[in-house]
Formats: sequence, structure tokens, C-alpha cells
Amino acid sequence: MTKRGLRPARWKMALFLVCAFAGLVPAQMALNERVARYRNTPELIWIPSGRVLRALSLGHNGLLADIYWTRAVQHFGSQRVERKFEYPLLAPLLDITVALDPQLLIAYKFGGVFLSAPPPLGAGQPEKAVELLRRGIAENPDEWRLWHDLGFLYYWELKDYKSASEAYLQGSKHPNAAPWMEVMAAVILQKGGDRETSRFLWTEIYNSTEDVTIRENARDHLDTLRALDDIDELERRVAAFRDRAGRWPESLQEVVAAGLLQGIPADPAGHPYQLQPEGKVTVDPSSPVKLDYGPSPGSL
Amino acid sequence: MAAIEISGLTKDYLVGFWRKRRFRALDDLSLRVEPGEVFGFLGPNGAGKTTTLKILTGLIFPTRGTATLLGHPAGQPEAFLHAGFLPENPYFYDYLTPQELLDYFARFFPFTPEERRRRRDEVLEQVGLAEVRDRPLRKFSKGMLQRVGIAQAILHSPEVVLLDEPMSGLDPVGRHQVRELILQLKADGKTVFFSTHVLSDAEALCDRIAVLNRGRLVGVGQISELLRRQAGYDAVIEFSSPDALSPLRPLAAKPLVISGGQCQVQIPEQELTRLLALCQRDGLRLVSLNPLRLSLEDYFVEVLRETEPERSPAAATQ
Amino acid sequence: MNSSQTLAIVLNTFREAVRDRVLYNLIAFALILIASALLFGEISIGIQKTILINLGLSSISIFGLLIAIFLGIGLVYKEMDKRSLYAVLSKPIRRSQFVVGKFLGLNFTILVNTALMSIGLWAALFYLTRGFEPRDIHIWEAIYFILLQLSLVTALCLFFSCFSTPVLSAVFTFVAYVIGNLASDIRAFGELTQNNLLQTLTTGLYYLLPNFSNFNVSAWVAHGNAVGREVILLNTAYALCYDAILVAASMSIFARKDLK
Repeated sequence: MTKRGLRPARWKMALFLVCAFAGLVPAQMALNERVARYRNTPELIWIPSGRVLRALSLGHNGLLADIYWTRAVQHFGSQRVERKFEYPLLAPLLDITVALDPQLLIAYKFGGVFLSAPPPLGAGQPEKAVELLRRGIAENPDEWRLWHDLGFLYYWELKDYKSASEAYLQGSKHPNAAPWMEVMAAVILQKGGDRETSRFLWTEIYNSTEDVTIRENARDHLDTLRALDDIDELERRVAAFRDRAGRWPESLQEVVAAGLLQGIPADPAGHPYQLQPEGKVTVDPSSPVKLDYGPSPGSL
Repeated sequence: MAAIEISGLTKDYLVGFWRKRRFRALDDLSLRVEPGEVFGFLGPNGAGKTTTLKILTGLIFPTRGTATLLGHPAGQPEAFLHAGFLPENPYFYDYLTPQELLDYFARFFPFTPEERRRRRDEVLEQVGLAEVRDRPLRKFSKGMLQRVGIAQAILHSPEVVLLDEPMSGLDPVGRHQVRELILQLKADGKTVFFSTHVLSDAEALCDRIAVLNRGRLVGVGQISELLRRQAGYDAVIEFSSPDALSPLRPLAAKPLVISGGQCQVQIPEQELTRLLALCQRDGLRLVSLNPLRLSLEDYFVEVLRETEPERSPAAATQ
Repeated sequence: MNSSQTLAIVLNTFREAVRDRVLYNLIAFALILIASALLFGEISIGIQKTILINLGLSSISIFGLLIAIFLGIGLVYKEMDKRSLYAVLSKPIRRSQFVVGKFLGLNFTILVNTALMSIGLWAALFYLTRGFEPRDIHIWEAIYFILLQLSLVTALCLFFSCFSTPVLSAVFTFVAYVIGNLASDIRAFGELTQNNLLQTLTTGLYYLLPNFSNFNVSAWVAHGNAVGREVILLNTAYALCYDAILVAASMSIFARKDLK
């Protein structure tokens, strides 16, 4: 067969290939949803032991740690997206991650925040978070900030001001520690839970973390604290109105009209505060600022 | 000093997977090759020719016995300064060109860079590969590879050249070229020792041969002498009457061939005087007498048969 | 004379490896993997550089291992199988020079490969961080340790090829590599069981087999930490010593071997 004779054969082959692919694609698309049912892998970790994994990794434990860290992050994100808010695998995945790479600081910090926070924010396992951070401190004696993470955990979630103060004190002994560590140790011991202290510490977390999720979480907490401050101030002005007028105002407009307020203030997200009966002020329900980011009831 | 001296060489192999049996590849071989000879090493396949060559080139170690090349123990670096080797079915790094290959091998000898280059070019000319010096070896035909092999064997102008089946797998042109090269080496005064099972090559080139069978030396010497030992004479005799032939029959090695008034008779060498004496009598007249031309092949087959153990008890003997 | 002969073997071994196209595929794969680490880093938050370094070092290590095993097995066994060895050994050299030359040639090849892959890693690092920090220098320490490990692998390959078929040699080498990585865990396991015999056995194994876990510092340097100078010296000494043992053993096995 001459080369010229080959050309029609080659065209036919090309045509066949194009048609075949044209048939493949819709088939795959039809399969996509239907196969998902069979593909749903259960929430399992096949090898739960970090030490075993480390041995098996044949020297590639750093890479494996990065992979497990990614899994942890994705688990956290996907649980939130699916609105499940339980995060059952977060603690085991973080355990494995730090077993593989004890110097992966971000894993300890992430765990410190999101293992301890109550649902829907986090897994609600503060003891696990404490354990994780203590491991991190043991493996990374130079990282004084881990003492801060631990101390803050005791302070914010567990309300254990004595342990919190001890942690800040321990951390402050480190030669590179920031001077406010020592200050915090004293303040917490003295005043316990305090909005200024909390604001300071959350600001510290916001400024020092390199992790986007943690930073956003800190910002949300700071917004909440701001809102709480605003609400306190507003309720005071409303009370002043009542003292003057002898009744609760109907709306914040009235308070403005009475000259006690410059304008209707908005929360850090830009939603105006709302006046409730009996002089209570609340945040607009549709605002992203949530008061339950504040400390748990019974304090501050 | 002998070019090659082999004395009492024995090589045993252990064969078998579970129970090891001893297989004797070479049995007490002793041989001497003089300088300047072209020496042929013959034998059927599996006789031990390659084993001998491998011992001479240090690739395997003998169980007993010694071998030396120009007085140096075989396989030692000193021996290789004066000897070159062409292996059977050679394979050279096929990603190299002949020029690169020869240059690489030349580095193992005490050449200066200019000497190395000069010698490499000379040898390429000598084996007729100068034109393809830059072609990668993977593209070479068998005959060309064989010539490369010879080139690397004579690169350092060794006094002794060892060739293992140099003609194997070559077409007639290739074989002619290799023959020419061997003759050229002889003309240069080198000693050439090669193994082959192609008898015509041995006949054409060798001064002396040795025949190996089943690890044993069964014959060694100049070809002409070896053939003569087994040969005899072919006589054509005129006879007056059939009765006159009867005294001839016991002398003959083969049955008489009679046609017309003449008979053709083959006699072994030692019977010559008796035959001549018989022809002096009446009734027989000697017409012609010629020495028998035994071919090397005949000799070969004969000597192999003699050294084979008896196969069938009913073998007919002459 | 001897050393120039051996050098000729070294350079020829390198030349053979370079003209073997398999090598290029492996290097290309490694470079692609390192480049893809930049993508991978986008998914996970906060530790892009760490991930890049981890993936880069792991790629260099794994591909280096593959290259070492394939080259090591191929080059020595191919010579013996295809008998290109016969022509070389009929030159005025000792068999030991051949073994040493092959070993050094293989290591030189691996050095060049590793250097190429390392350049890929540094390029990716530069692309990610737009500059280098002083503590990045410690990545070279991890790469150096990978080279030491690969020299051990090469020595193992050479050793096994002297008496075993290519497939078996590859298997033995790989098994030795795995066990070598688990060496400290094996010893720890032995100490855990209160069995004296098992303890002696595992401790003996620990000191006998090449301990590859000594060289695993990749995760450590990925966080910008330095490796102690003593450790560098001791590891170098360990590798050189063990290499010498394996090469010497190879030389003596090869010196007495009947070549088919």
C-alpha cells in the first residue's frame, strides 16, 4: 500500500477515535452521580497508629505528615460544608500528623483551637487539645508560643485560670518569650476571665498565626468582643434614656433623638444593632457576628 | 620460551541442583605453542576448547595444572601486556563507536595520548573499519563486530593473539577477511592461537593443530605429519590372472577394486616394501603408485572415533 | 597507571549511564513531581514551603533509589551476561580495579543525577518564595545524606550482582533498604519483648545491617532546622566504612568467580 493509499484509512481511524470519545464523555457524566453511592468511603483511618506509620514511611515521614495534615484540614472543611459539625476524625488525624512530624507546629496550633472549641465551631474535645499541645511543647522546647496556645486554651475554653496562669508563666521563662507572657500570667491569676485580657490574647493570636482559618476564627472572636462592648455601651445609653423618660425607648431612633446617641451604630459586620424589650440590645439575626463566639455562658 | 605453555590442566565443574556431580571439562591437558606459530585448536562442540581459552585468559580458574603466556601466569595483568584476546560472539558496548571503544581499551595500556591515537587509527585501518569509525556499534553486522574484536585484540601489538572461534557466523567475505588478517599477523611474526571447528580454515592457516575431544588431547602436531601417519599408498597393478591377486589381499586396507586387467589397491604405509616385493614376481606389474591424500576431515572423524568409548557391542570392525 | 585505568572505567560507566535513555525519563518524572508540589501546596494552608521541601526531598530520594537499583543491577549484570566483560578483563588490569571503577562510576552518575534534581528543587523553591533564606542551606544537608544513602544502595547492588541474577539482586537490595530503614524500630521491638534471645538477635541485626534510618533528616530540615555537625561527620564515616566493607567483599567474590 502506498502512502497515498494510507490517507483514507488514517482518516477513518481518526473519525472512529473522535466518535468513540464522543460516546465516552456522556457515559461518564451519567455515571458520575450514580457511582457516587458506591464510592462513599466510610470515615475510616486504616492505620491508626502514628508510630507504625512513621516506621512504614521509610524516611518519608515529613511528606506523609504533610499528607495527613492536608487530610485533617480537608476533613475539617468538608464537615463544615456538609453542616455536620462533629469532626470525628480531627483528633486522630492530628495525632498521626504530629507522630509523623513532631515539628509541624501548625498541627498543634490548629488542634489547640479547633479541638477544644465547642460544636459547631470545633470538636468540643478540650482534653484532647490539651494533650496535643503538651506533646507539642515536649517535642519543641524552643517554641514558647505553644505555652501561649496552651494557656489560652485553659483560659478561654476550660476557664481554668490557675492552669492558664501557670502555662503563661512557664512560657515566659523562655529567653525569647514576649514580655506580655509574664504579664498575662499575673493578670489572669489576679482577674480571671476578663474582656480586655481576652481581647489582647485574641489579637495576639490574630497577628501571629500564619494559618488563614485560625486567623479568621480569631477575627470572629474579636468581632464578638467588640459587639459585646458595643452592646454594653448601648444598653447603658438606653438605661440612661429610661432614667430620663421613665420608660424604655421604643426604638434606637428615640435614643438618638434624645441626644444620647450619635446615630444608629452597626456591628463590626455592618448590621445595625437591634433594640429588644426591657432595654436589651442584640445583634441583627442576619449578621455574621455571633454572640455565641463569646465565652461560654456563666462568665465575663 | 614457549609462547603458550599448558601443563596438566584440569577443570572440574559441579553440576546438578541438589546432588552435585563432578563434570570434567578438561582432563590433564598439556600443550606447547612456539613463538611465531599459527596454532589451531580443534575439536567438536563441547570438547573443552573454549574452556581452555578461558583459562588462558583468566576468565575461569583451573582445578589443577598451570598455563603460562610468554612465561607469565595466565590471567595476570603482565600476561595481558603481551597477549590479546578475541572472545566468541563478542559483544561490545553498543552505545559506543569503534573509535571510542578502541580509545577506551587503549587506556588500559601504557600509551601516551599520541601513541594511543596513532595506534587506534592504525588498527582501524588494518581491520578495514576506518570508514565506519564513528558509527555506533549497535549498527554493526556480525562480520564487522568480529573485525572490531580483532582490532581490540591487536591494539597493543601483542606477541600472542588468542582467538575463540574467529570465523563463527561469518559469511564467505567475512571469513576471507579474517583469514587475511591472521595471515598478516603471522607475517608480522605474531603467535596466533585460535579455536575452531571449521577444518578447512585450520588446513589453510595452521602450522600445527591440536585436537581435543571430551576434555582430552587426542592429537597434536603438524597437519602434514598427522595425515601421513594415518595415510598409505594407492597402487594400480596389472595382473595376468586372478590367482596372482591373492597374495595382495592381506596387505590391502580396503577391498580391491578390479576393472579390466587392472586392480586398484590401497595399502597402509608399512606394507609398501612387501607390495613392491610382490610386484617383482610374475603375474603382477606395478602401473602407478601414489601416496594417499587423506583429508583433515577424515583424520578428524577417525581420531574422534578412536577415542570414543564403545557405543554398540555389535559394531563391525574392519 | 593503575589509577588512570580505574578512572577510565569510572568515566566509561558514567558514559554508559548517560546514553541510557531510561535515566532521562526518571529525572523528568522527578522534576515534574517537584513542580507539582507547587500545586499541592496551594491546597493545604500555611505550610507551602514545608510541603515543597518535603516532596522535593522525597522525590530526589525515591527516584535516586530507583536509578541506583536499576543502574547498579543493569550495569554489572549486563556486562557479565552479555560478555562485554571478557574484552575488558583481557586487558592488563586486575578484576578488583573493575569492581572499584564500576562502583565509583555508578556513584558519580548518581551524584550528577541528584545534582540535576536538586537544581529543580531549588528552582521551585525560588519560584515559591522569591528568594532564599539563610536557613535554606540546611536542605543541602538532607541532600548530602540522601547521597550517602544512595552510595550504600549502590554498594549493595554491586555486592549482590556479583553472585546473583538481576531480579534477585534487585529484590535483595530493596529488602535490605526496607529493613535498613526499620532498623531502629526492630531494635526497639526487640527491647520491648523481654526475650533475651530475640533481643540479642535484633540488636545484632541492628548493627550488622546498613542502618538507613540514620540518614533520614528530611522532615527536620523542611522546617529550617540544622543538622548537627557531629552527626554529619559520623554519618559520613558510617557510610564510607560500610561502603568499603561491601566493595571489599564484592572484590573478593569477583576475584575468584568463574565467568561463564
